[in-house]
Amino acid sequence: MSTELLNPNKWVDRYSDYLYNYTIVRVNDHEVAQDIISETFLAGLKSKDNFKGEASERTWLISILKRKIIDHYRKSNSKKGKAEIRMSYKDEESEGDWLEERVSDPFDKNAEDEMENEELGIAILNCLDKLNEKQATIFKMKTIDGFDTEAICNEFNITASNLWVIIHRARKSMAECLEENWL
Amino acid sequence: MPRRKLVIISSMKLFIKCEEANHTCDKNQYKEASFCEKVKLNFHLIYCAACRKYSARNLRLSRAFQKAEIKHMPQNQKDILKERIQKELSK
Repeated sequence: MSTELLNPNKWVDRYSDYLYNYTIVRVNDHEVAQDIISETFLAGLKSKDNFKGEASERTWLISILKRKIIDHYRKSNSKKGKAEIRMSYKDEESEGDWLEERVSDPFDKNAEDEMENEELGIAILNCLDKLNEKQATIFKMKTIDGFDTEAICNEFNITASNLWVIIHRARKSMAECLEENWL
Repeated sequence: MPRRKLVIISSMKLFIKCEEANHTCDKNQYKEASFCEKVKLNFHLIYCAACRKYSARNLRLSRAFQKAEIKHMPQNQKDILKERIQKELSK
């Protein structure tokens, strides 16, 4: 039974930002992330006949993306030595409890915060997905891209008060969606 | 009363409705509320618990967005991707 249909023409508009955020967290390089995403879309096109419609389009694309990310790691690790982590002092004379100093590395303190921020980003994108398309587009333009009210009004041919009503509704649903875990 | 006078009086009134307060609060999240509007909003918040709650939540939402630093895929990259998909589809 097919409940979900694929719509490749809309993939880029609908999912590229989501996939991009998902990938950038994992590979930490913009160019690599973009390559992986285009590979994902192309692989999706190739195997679109295998899509059974049991999962949503996005879930399906994410599952392809995950495999592509793993492939990427495999490739970059296949050169010997690249994946090794060497632990030693740089000059031989210094001594001490290496591990302990490593743990208390002050530059490493932000790692956990960063991870939380990245998860927050994914959560926000998930919630954005629940808004209707026009609302989401306008809200994103305003909040994430920081466009002027006027510019957005011209683009969509709406009045400023229309815009604020849309923003208000979007903010309300976003707050409700994020409230439990993130606000 | 002449119309202009009415407008001036209504723009000066200090007590605003919750709707207006929320609207100002939304605008303020994007730094688009005027000084006068902010004064009225803050005055409203003194006596309106519901709007205080809304404002606090609205602010938390804004902070969450700041903190998350959501990244966008560059538009030109998106366009290139779209073209490639179109090409593949028309094969």
